Amino acid sequence: MKTVMMPLSALFVGALSLMPLAAHADVISNAELSATTCFMCHGPEGKYSGGAIPPLAGYPANIMVQQLKDMKSGKRPSTVMQRHLKAYSDEEIEALASYFATLKP
Amino acid sequence: MIQSNRRTLIKALAAAGLGAPLAATLNGCSTPFRNARPHVVVIGGGFGGATAAKYLRRFSRNQIDVTLIEPKQTYMTCPGSNWYLAGLTDVPSLTHDYEALKTQHGVKVIHDTVSRVDGDAQSVSLQNGETLHYDRLVMSPGIDFVYDAVPGYSEAASEVLPHAYQAGPQTELLYQQIREMRQGGTFLMIAPPNPFRCPPGPYERVSMIAAYFKEHNPTAKIIVLDPKSKFSKQALFMEGWQELYGSMIEWYGKNDGAIVEELDVANKTVSCELDTFKADVINVIPPQKAAKIAFDTGLTDATGWCPVNQETFESTQKRGIFVIGDASIAGQMPKSGHSASSHGKMCAAAIVSQLNNWAMPRPKNANTCYSLVGAHYGISIAGVYEMQDGIIKEIAGGVSQMGASQQVRKMEAEYARGWYKSITADVWKS
Ligand SMILES: Cc1cc2nc3c(=O)[nH]c(=O)nc-3n(C[C@H](O)[C@H](O)[C@H](O)COP(=O)(O)OP(=O)(O)OC[C@H]3O[C@@H](n4cnc5c(N)ncnc54)[C@H](O)[C@@H]3O)c2cc1C
Repeated sequence: MKTVMMPLSALFVGALSLMPLAAHADVISNAELSATTCFMCHGPEGKYSGGAIPPLAGYPANIMVQQLKDMKSGKRPSTVMQRHLKAYSDEEIEALASYFATLKP
Repeated sequence: MIQSNRRTLIKALAAAGLGAPLAATLNGCSTPFRNARPHVVVIGGGFGGATAAKYLRRFSRNQIDVTLIEPKQTYMTCPGSNWYLAGLTDVPSLTHDYEALKTQHGVKVIHDTVSRVDGDAQSVSLQNGETLHYDRLVMSPGIDFVYDAVPGYSEAASEVLPHAYQAGPQTELLYQQIREMRQGGTFLMIAPPNPFRCPPGPYERVSMIAAYFKEHNPTAKIIVLDPKSKFSKQALFMEGWQELYGSMIEWYGKNDGAIVEELDVANKTVSCELDTFKADVINVIPPQKAAKIAFDTGLTDATGWCPVNQETFESTQKRGIFVIGDASIAGQMPKSGHSASSHGKMCAAAIVSQLNNWAMPRPKNANTCYSLVGAHYGISIAGVYEMQDGIIKEIAGGVSQMGASQQVRKMEAEYARGWYKSITADVWKS
């Protein structure tokens, strides 16, 4: 409502006022957001949280990719992982693995 | 060059008090931000709310101020509360506080109840009289019960016949009653109709009570009266019940005439078309709806739940207010702590993206619900979800295999405990 009255120049600067937020932040990638959904079982930021489920932070990406693909195909036995992995393409698996490799164990 | 020009402009505008409110126009969003540092208020410190608060900080790289409002100083989880009934864990292990959210994640936590939300003024009023302004509001208030949908039951009756479907004193009451039940007595559960929180919850519960009885009251009987004709992981539960408890658990569904017609609280008698049952302990899990504050704010529809844009979780009825967790209608995702926490992450990412004018990431979203059938016997259901035509749809998933080896069941029981440790650490700790 109010905004209708604003001169264009003010609108322009209005957008810039978001800059302090944007300047410090990186865009949230699909891989990052998807990886956070793995944290529920594999620990926050992929870090060990005391249970029997393996932590994933700092896992070498090529090994993770291979293991995930093998679990997806059934070559590597798993309980719940095959059911999850059927939803992910090879590209998505690779992106997830690359993201976990960047996290500190 | 450009940067410093921008900074100068921002400073000049900030000084003139002009900067921030206009941002909304360029976002194509009707709700203006009043502060250069946006303020998000989160109502409810359960699985959904605590996750949203933490991840709003994380995804904004600490550039958003977040205030979490939750009346309880500590939160006891429903997940694990069935294990407690069997004596497999204790209350301290299921209880979490808000220290890490405050000290590690910079969330401001206020222990109070929100009495009113004013969507137009973008403010929430607390019971202590304080009023807080927000740029965005996230609500994860959980559920309330439709007590009188079970004829004869009431909120007062739940002090005698517990629902134990919100963890805390209700869980303790049921815990005591199971232990005080006479030898060879009958435990009866009235199960809820869909949709309700934790679809496998009632069935894990009778499994855990059977585990306790097997050791301490082996001639006891367990009866489940269910208004549904089937339930989550049914074949797996029944296989486990048979293997571990023989015929101790008797389940009757809609097609057996198990819809309760009358509950006599004083005499602990339940009538349905099938029969009239006299029991020693009765656990009534009534039908459910979104929590009161969601109704009071005008966020619910005729179903008693809150319709949302399933990508961002913004209410379709009130702009600037986001509803997550059990209270929301989240497509094909079941109402679970795991789902609520997933919503918290998706919603936090959506809000941060909106405030930055970024495109919303399009991730996959997951849920895993483990259930213990016995101390070393676990089963699971998993789902992976994706937005399709405006609805969260399940694109893969399924349940544990029937007839799996003891070793596999044992592994899943360990994973159930591992899941608990990880998700509670993710939501309330590091
Ligand atoms: C027996 C049982 C077993 C379960 N097991 C599992 C399991 O194994 N796995 C799983 O994923 N899920 C499980 N669940 C489901 C899980 O507990 C819920 O789905 C989850 O708690 C939903 O989270 P939420 O944030 O929507 O609501 P809640 O966790 O209920 O949190 C809501 C919070 O909002 C606060 N609140 C409400 N109104 C206000 C107000 N006006 N002002 C301020 N604060 C307010 C409340 O105090 C509460 O703390 C189980 C549930 C039960 C009952």
